Amino acid sequence: MTTVAVADVQTGSHSPARERRLNPMLAIGLGLAMALVLVAIISPMVLGETARELTGDMRQGASSEHWLGTDEFGRDLFARALVATRLTLILTTAATAIAVVLGVVTGILVWMMPERIRNFVLTANAVAVAFPGLVLALVVAAILGPGAFSATIAVGIAGIPAFTRLAANMAAPIMVREYVGTAKQLGVPRPIILARHVLPNLGEPLLILAANSYAVMLTELSGLSFIGLGVQNPEYDFGRLLADALPNVYTQPVHVLGPSIMIVLTGVAAMFIGDGLAARSNPRLRRAVKGRRTGTLLQANESAAAKSAAENDDALLVRNLCVTSAAGQQLVKGVSLRVKKGEIVGLVGESGSGKSLTAMSAAGLVPEGVTASADELRAAGHDMLRHPKSGDLARDVALVYQDPMSSFNPALKLNSQLTEVSRVHLGATRRQARLELAEKFAQLNISAPERRGEQHPYELSGGMLQRAMISSALVTEAKLIVADEPTTALDVTVQAEVLRQFVGAAERLGAGVLFISHDLGVVEALCDRVVVMRHGEVIEELTCDQLTAEEVQHPYTQKLLDAAKFTDVSEETEANNA
Amino acid sequence: MPAVLARPWPAFLLRKVFEFVLALLALVVLTFIMVHLVPGDPARVIAGMDASAEQVEATRGRLGLDRPVLVQFWDYFVGVLTLDLGNSWRRPTTEVADVIVARLPFTASIALIGIAITVLVSLALGLLVAGLTRGNRNQWLDSGFGWITASALALPVYVIGAILIVVFAVNWGLLPAGGANQLTSYILPTTAIAIGPICSMSRMVRREAAVVLEQDYMRTARGWRISTARQYSKHAVPNLLSSTLTLSGLILAAMIGGAIIVETVFSWPGLGRTVVESIIERDFGLTRGIILTIGALAITANVIIDILLALVDPRTLRAGKALT
Repeated sequence: MTTVAVADVQTGSHSPARERRLNPMLAIGLGLAMALVLVAIISPMVLGETARELTGDMRQGASSEHWLGTDEFGRDLFARALVATRLTLILTTAATAIAVVLGVVTGILVWMMPERIRNFVLTANAVAVAFPGLVLALVVAAILGPGAFSATIAVGIAGIPAFTRLAANMAAPIMVREYVGTAKQLGVPRPIILARHVLPNLGEPLLILAANSYAVMLTELSGLSFIGLGVQNPEYDFGRLLADALPNVYTQPVHVLGPSIMIVLTGVAAMFIGDGLAARSNPRLRRAVKGRRTGTLLQANESAAAKSAAENDDALLVRNLCVTSAAGQQLVKGVSLRVKKGEIVGLVGESGSGKSLTAMSAAGLVPEGVTASADELRAAGHDMLRHPKSGDLARDVALVYQDPMSSFNPALKLNSQLTEVSRVHLGATRRQARLELAEKFAQLNISAPERRGEQHPYELSGGMLQRAMISSALVTEAKLIVADEPTTALDVTVQAEVLRQFVGAAERLGAGVLFISHDLGVVEALCDRVVVMRHGEVIEELTCDQLTAEEVQHPYTQKLLDAAKFTDVSEETEANNA
Repeated sequence: MPAVLARPWPAFLLRKVFEFVLALLALVVLTFIMVHLVPGDPARVIAGMDASAEQVEATRGRLGLDRPVLVQFWDYFVGVLTLDLGNSWRRPTTEVADVIVARLPFTASIALIGIAITVLVSLALGLLVAGLTRGNRNQWLDSGFGWITASALALPVYVIGAILIVVFAVNWGLLPAGGANQLTSYILPTTAIAIGPICSMSRMVRREAAVVLEQDYMRTARGWRISTARQYSKHAVPNLLSSTLTLSGLILAAMIGGAIIVETVFSWPGLGRTVVESIIERDFGLTRGIILTIGALAITANVIIDILLALVDPRTLRAGKALT
């Protein structure tokens, strides 16, 4: 009764690659359902007599003769539990049929009504869906009086709104589609449009919801019988049997077993069919990942680490970084990098070249699903292979991501997000942290800085958000900033301004910057040195002067350079036009 | 239209109040019609099959069923507005409102405790499973969770209740099997009505959390090197709240149904048992009063949930409902 038919309904995504196999859940559900139908057909014929027969063995416990004991009239409870299957299944099926037929018809009919009436009906239906189904059922039971018939009608009617909603929702996207518009113009009557286009699409989600509802209605119907409003003596279903057994639970607890198990088996069959169908219509990519934990950073070579100078002044030092996917594929193959204090190093390459993985691993944020190892890895003076304190890392290493819109949490205000490091790691009070942040906002030319913190990300522009992200690096006075294409997702007109602010901030802090980009033009304007990556390897390292003079060795770098020139030209023309 | 109504919040609240009043009105009409839809003659049903014609007429007069229907409705409507729900049809000296005042707290308390347990446990459980199965790890947990919740969803409240009684009251004698005499009496009934909803809600949370945990902003939070617990509770949970709240509206409705049934299992002195007894006795005065009360509570709860939803996720203000 407390269950809600929350079907995993995937609306109308008919991908051709969809798996049509019988999954275990569906197979078990169908098998159970078939067994129960057989029990419903056969047991009244075979055990009907035993279930009715009054014997002298009254109120007995479990014995070899009566497996689940006997009731107050000496009737065999095992036989009664099996025989009750027939009535229970018939009533539940009838109730489900009422809900499905009337619900679907209503859901489709609303699309033939004028818009105002349709909106009214759908609003009313939304209220009805959220109204307790059992209370609706009680209203019907009150009108018709207690009994199996009225309980079935009651549960069926209470189930209608869910199906109305499903059918109406499924019809909605179809009714606005182009071919339906065309059909309308051609004068095809609405009922035919609905029957031809909506019903076929309804099949699978409807089956899923029907199976889940069957389980819910089973518990509701048995529940009504259980509280005395459903099936009446001498007829009996699972609910009635349980109600008879429960008062004696202290003396004969075994009596509740039969009806309980039967209700659960029937419900499980329906649930598994529903879930199995849902899983089949929505197969997730399941590749089992075995073995070691991912997302970890390992020491590759002890002796190599020992050789390195214990202390150095670099913002970032990476030696022989390898990143491997869980499937064993080498994504980064022995990359070495160095970013000195106050230096801006560009890391360029096409997408998939491993540059983001390199940068994130270097910052100690190895993504889920891969493992990284290195001979040596130092970020902002911390030995990343020796588990540095998270507070120190949070303070000294700042990250700026590609898409500011998705990198900010949509549900939290800026203050709440951007003061995390100061409050969690640096012990600042909420007030202190906010004041500091507002100050940095002002430094980065964010308009109305004291007000911004109280806003949600969606209230700010992308450029403003990216500057807000940079300001968090200013607050903690980061020593290393890893920026992963910080301007790619921004509007061209604000890119230059954000980059200027970014460089200004880095200079003020004297921090080292690892700047990832696929755009050599931007990198050339910004960086002191450039590292070019391809297929997980460093193929070339250049100073900015070499790049400007186009003294490149590798043809791939030349290609990137040519591409950047092309963009430069187009940007210039754009600027001229504006 | 005054300018203030063009702003999101006043417009939203106005729409909610309008929907609320409309739904209550529909409920009043429904409960009134209910009595008049009874096949045969309600006065005959109340007076008894072997009552004389005069007795039936006397009963009709006592219940006011001899007056024009519209007059009856007006009386009923005014009565509802003044919280006077009339008298029981079977026991003319008993006021329906008194019965409701005495019984309602018992039903409301188990439903509210139940929904609170459901939301808290589901969020924790769903997030935990989603976190542990990230990147296709721990496949056994993934499928185990699916199988267990699907099976447990097939357990009706009264079966869960019966099992709990057998285990905790009969076998171990730890907790009372029925009644509402002490604080520990609340444990079994609230557990019984929460298990099913926990299964459906934690499945939803797990599904949604699997998406949320892969979002860029979770990577950002990880970049701040805050603890996993804080990443989940502060940065993931708010993004799960709107769907959790939406579902909890539906679950609350189902839970009211569960409370009605579970009261019979645990001999709980609430509205549920009373309404069932009144239906069996065909005491329409009491039945419609209780159904009106339960219905009004369900409608109120849904309006509150809609408002909470708008507070959590201001974007729903414009679009109406988040997901229906």
